[in-house]
Amino acid sequence: MRIRDYFRRLPHIWCPGCGNGTIINAMLRAIDEVGLKKDEIVAVSGIGCFGRATGYLDFYTLHTTHGRALAFATGIKLMKPEMKVFVLMGDGDAAAIGGNHLIHAARRDIDLIAIVANNSIYGMTGGQVSPTTPEMAKTTTTPEGCKERPFDLCELVLAAGGSYVARWTTYHVRQLQNSIKEALEHPGFSFIEVFSQCPVQFGRRNKKDHIQMLREFKEKSSLEGGGDKIKIGVFRR
Amino acid sequence: MVELLQGNEACVKGALAAGCRFYAGYPITPSSEIAEMMAVELPKRGGVFIQMEDEIGSIAAVIGASLAGARAMTATSGPGISLMAENIGFAIMAEIPCVIVDVQRVGPSTGHATKPSQGDVMMARWGTHGDHRVVVLSPSSVSDMFWLTFKAFRFAEMLRTPVILLSDEIIGHMRTDVELPDEVEEEIPELEDVPSFHPFGGGKRYHVTGLVHDETGFPTNDGEIIEKQLKRLIRKIERHRDKITIVERLNVEDADVVILAYGCVVRSAIRAMYLAREEGIKCGVVDVKTLWPFPYEVVESEFKLIVPEMNSGLIADDLRKVRNDVISITKMNGEIIYPHEILEIIRRVSN
Repeated sequence: MRIRDYFRRLPHIWCPGCGNGTIINAMLRAIDEVGLKKDEIVAVSGIGCFGRATGYLDFYTLHTTHGRALAFATGIKLMKPEMKVFVLMGDGDAAAIGGNHLIHAARRDIDLIAIVANNSIYGMTGGQVSPTTPEMAKTTTTPEGCKERPFDLCELVLAAGGSYVARWTTYHVRQLQNSIKEALEHPGFSFIEVFSQCPVQFGRRNKKDHIQMLREFKEKSSLEGGGDKIKIGVFRR
Repeated sequence: MVELLQGNEACVKGALAAGCRFYAGYPITPSSEIAEMMAVELPKRGGVFIQMEDEIGSIAAVIGASLAGARAMTATSGPGISLMAENIGFAIMAEIPCVIVDVQRVGPSTGHATKPSQGDVMMARWGTHGDHRVVVLSPSSVSDMFWLTFKAFRFAEMLRTPVILLSDEIIGHMRTDVELPDEVEEEIPELEDVPSFHPFGGGKRYHVTGLVHDETGFPTNDGEIIEKQLKRLIRKIERHRDKITIVERLNVEDADVVILAYGCVVRSAIRAMYLAREEGIKCGVVDVKTLWPFPYEVVESEFKLIVPEMNSGLIADDLRKVRNDVISITKMNGEIIYPHEILEIIRRVSN
């Protein structure tokens, strides 16, 4: 099937240079390769830029309240265990307001595929600090630079018991697609964090455009991690 | 079949009779027996029980399960329904049927966990933000806990909206014998202004959102459509009030004095009414079981009106919209209003 056949409504509201489309593209290619039918898929999202993805996709789609997507998805999965349930969240959605649902979904190891688009900022509300904003990064609510430490979401989900945990970036599209394919075949809680660029709200305030941010994802990421490297890879499967 | 049941147990039986197959909840006194009994009963019937991480997750899972085609409910008390408020609004906006039981205790805040109150009548009505209508049922007996829970599922499905069963610690924990039906069948009618419901997985792929959306389910920025949709959500409840209003009248025909009560206070009101009748006072009782939308027509009569409530007079205050001579009896000490306290007021107003 052509990728565009998975969309039911376009154009989207995302800004030029945004990484959200790349993540959705990888997700749809994975679904296509596995050969799932549209009727077998539920996509649940919360509130935020990435949360709008469900409106564009031709599955059973549910756009919930801020932070609660995993809890809504839990109810759906328990009553429709035969369906594949994707949960699409941003970093604020999953790690701040929805943090409690995230650790408990991981603890239960419920068979959901959680994809977090981590752009280190609240994009939709105008660029405020998020739980994953790097130290000293500028946001509208940290004008002097962020003074708090960011969450390592994969470590958090590993500690809470998630049974498939991976991190990629919007530069690593093939690896991301393969991870989503693995997650579709994994019977348990799958958590895939994707470092993504927000050129408008994050880049503008931190003197980076989307190309520079993608280049950083390429150059500053490694399977080993360490130092200022972004540790990527599949951490548990 | 007659069974000795606790109110909270009767609630579970009513839910199961209505076909409830999903329960998500979080422990809270004085509602926990509902969760405990559901944990035993649902798996026997192919249903699912889950204890969630909090009440926000509970109502979210209930809405998700309902969207997946299961009749679903949760139960809580004041602090829990405060947490559920936002997602109750989601269910109103997205038109997802579900049942929420609030076994009231003293509030605000942690309040008093084991003492009864009727302090949540406005929380149930206005708890979620935005202009909306909500259906709230108020049981005054253990038997009501069965029947009104059963009805709550019917109304939720009929109107595609959340229904709140507003009980209280006394009705929830009281034990009486209850006549239970062997089987209950009730057709759910299709109503105007209520769109048909298609659970996920049923072959019709569509979008569900808490954003204001048009008839296709997608968000809209068009002010005209926004107003049209919000007005329909209000109208679909208002225009079908006759199908959801449950009121019981006792000796009201010849009454000079009427006690309007709801929930556990109805029991004291009935006792006070009989004591007054023995003294030659023509007294009656109106037991309002559908608290919202409130059936204001029941007070539009010549009788003197007494409204005893275990709060600061919240319903009495509201009734002053339709008549300004409401006599309010209030009590907020965590005890029921006793019959003699009502009788005293009956005597005073009938002199």
